[in-house]
Amino acid sequence: MSGSAPLLSVKDLRIVFDGRHGPLTALDGVSFAIAPGEILGVVGESGAGKSLTGTAVIGLLDPPGRISGGEIRLDGQRIDNLPQDAMRRLRGRRIGAIFQDPLTSLHPLLTVGEQIVETITTHLPLSRSQARGRALSLLREVGIPAAETRIDQYPHQFSGGMRQRVVIALALCAEPKLIIADEPTTALDVSIQAQITTLLKRLCREHGTAIMLVTHDMGVIAETADRVAVMYAGRIVEIGPVEEVTRRPRHPYTAGLMASIPSVHARHAQLNQIDGAMPRLNAIPAGCAFNPRCGRVQPFCREHRPGLPSGLHGAACHFPLMEPVHA
Amino acid sequence: MRDAAASVLLDPPDATREESDTILTVSAASCRFDVSAPALTRLLSRQPRRILRAVEEVSFTVKRGTTFSIVGESGCGKSTLARMVVGLQRPTDGALHFHDIRRADGTVGPPRVQMIFQDPYASLNPRWRVGDIIAEPIRELKLRPDAASTQARVGDLLEIVGLSRSDAQRYPHAFSGGQRQRISIARALATEADFLVCDEPTSALDVSVQAQVLNLMVRLQKELGLTYLFISHNLSVVRHMSDHLAIMYLGRFVETGAAEEVFSRARHPYTRLLLDTIPDVEKPNRNRQPMSGEVPSPIAPPPGCAFHPRCPIAIEHCRVEAPVLRPIDGEFVACHLA
Repeated sequence: MSGSAPLLSVKDLRIVFDGRHGPLTALDGVSFAIAPGEILGVVGESGAGKSLTGTAVIGLLDPPGRISGGEIRLDGQRIDNLPQDAMRRLRGRRIGAIFQDPLTSLHPLLTVGEQIVETITTHLPLSRSQARGRALSLLREVGIPAAETRIDQYPHQFSGGMRQRVVIALALCAEPKLIIADEPTTALDVSIQAQITTLLKRLCREHGTAIMLVTHDMGVIAETADRVAVMYAGRIVEIGPVEEVTRRPRHPYTAGLMASIPSVHARHAQLNQIDGAMPRLNAIPAGCAFNPRCGRVQPFCREHRPGLPSGLHGAACHFPLMEPVHA
Repeated sequence: MRDAAASVLLDPPDATREESDTILTVSAASCRFDVSAPALTRLLSRQPRRILRAVEEVSFTVKRGTTFSIVGESGCGKSTLARMVVGLQRPTDGALHFHDIRRADGTVGPPRVQMIFQDPYASLNPRWRVGDIIAEPIRELKLRPDAASTQARVGDLLEIVGLSRSDAQRYPHAFSGGQRQRISIARALATEADFLVCDEPTSALDVSVQAQVLNLMVRLQKELGLTYLFISHNLSVVRHMSDHLAIMYLGRFVETGAAEEVFSRARHPYTRLLLDTIPDVEKPNRNRQPMSGEVPSPIAPPPGCAFHPRCPIAIEHCRVEAPVLRPIDGEFVACHLA
């Protein structure tokens, strides 16, 4: 994550949904970058726009949603304006995807092997038997025991955790440099969750794959990601190294979010709560979107929208909780 | 198993008789489902009957005004247990007994039990106004003499859960997940409930909203003296809410005791592994050792201790003999090696 060129760079991305009462802005000027081999966590509550960001990067944004501004670059090449065909070739080959529910992302009538072989032969110049060999080694790599027999089984014969491993194997088929993982552990039990995040981290290290990990679970992010972007009402409100953001949050929203997570280490009489709810898309307040719920709000916040400062750790707040240590 | 179970229930015998604060006693309750193929198919293909043991000989008591939590992964039987407590499911074996309580108004009788469901989007009728949803139990149980006092009670309930009186006129779709869960709570309280069974009440909510709902539940417990049976897979939420808790694995309690005790000195290897594997915001980028394997099927549980295939310290004895819940320093643990 040093000075190397970013693998993925998203600049000032705006997504609007055209509706009966005019366009609704769902993503408003989102910018971030992911370095090769890095895990960027994107965290936020329902409706913050985190999944939408992932969807836009893999080019699966459906109408009435559309990108109305900004750009997405993969290895320096713009991909947000590619024609459908080119995007289709790129998806799977250079960007892999893992979704929340492993049962719906696998075809129920094809064996696991058929699905992996199909994906491999689509993207790589391999014969079917070579592809099957690769499928086997992929299944072994993601930790499926008895891969030789499991490869000819159907998705319903796998448990939730094993299915998610198959989905990860599918995403890895063509050795993409970037994987978009949208809530990959949310549908799983805690003990299985730990297995999957450990697997993702290992793959990331061994293959140099970058991962954009979209989730609402701050715990998963804290354990898995290198850096984290916190989203609120379609904007990134804070971005920085995961340790910095979780231990020394600068944005009042991040701080409130962290404090509202019950601790396993101690019992408190009351949880810190952020009153109110995230605004709807048609009622995002002027100035800072968080101002009606913020405890530190000043009149200035109601009029002027804070920008996200560049640098390692920054918060889009006029009055951040802690000034940076240097500079 | 019998002896251990009995020791869980029996406080000194005279304490249970009168003015006891025990509100619920569950004695060796089991719930099994017959999941066999149809009789003819079974006969033709010579399959035996298949029994799913959802809950096996579970015993515990809940004290009035406290929170008893049940923790476990999917399929461990925690929701079946909750359904047995509210009476949506009959125990196949064993018994559940609610003790009479003396209410604030002086009446003595069995506690009123209500349930809060996980999904606030599915548990409220979308075609009814919120006011009618909350008024239904009041009308049904004839708790108020006329329409005007029913309306007044609905308004009061809405205010108790932090909504406004005018919300009675709106439909559920106008509310967010957290607000809907508040409506569910108001509906449960409308029956003058004393005992709430909460099956994953905050799992469908975002963390900041979860905090609002949990704070509300704690406040209501203090103000109204409610008793909660709290079902969850989220250990940090359970730690925040519980006085006592039980860890379930494959239909059985593996460890039960005072919450502080279990969290600070977990004795069963499963509890320790669970505590170890939950993602922790306070320890970023920890390298942890994930628990291997998965929960086995409750139709064909492993012989001996059900946890032995995943247990890091299992010995030969664990494969043969199932451990019983036995008392260790005021807790109960089902492990040969604890």
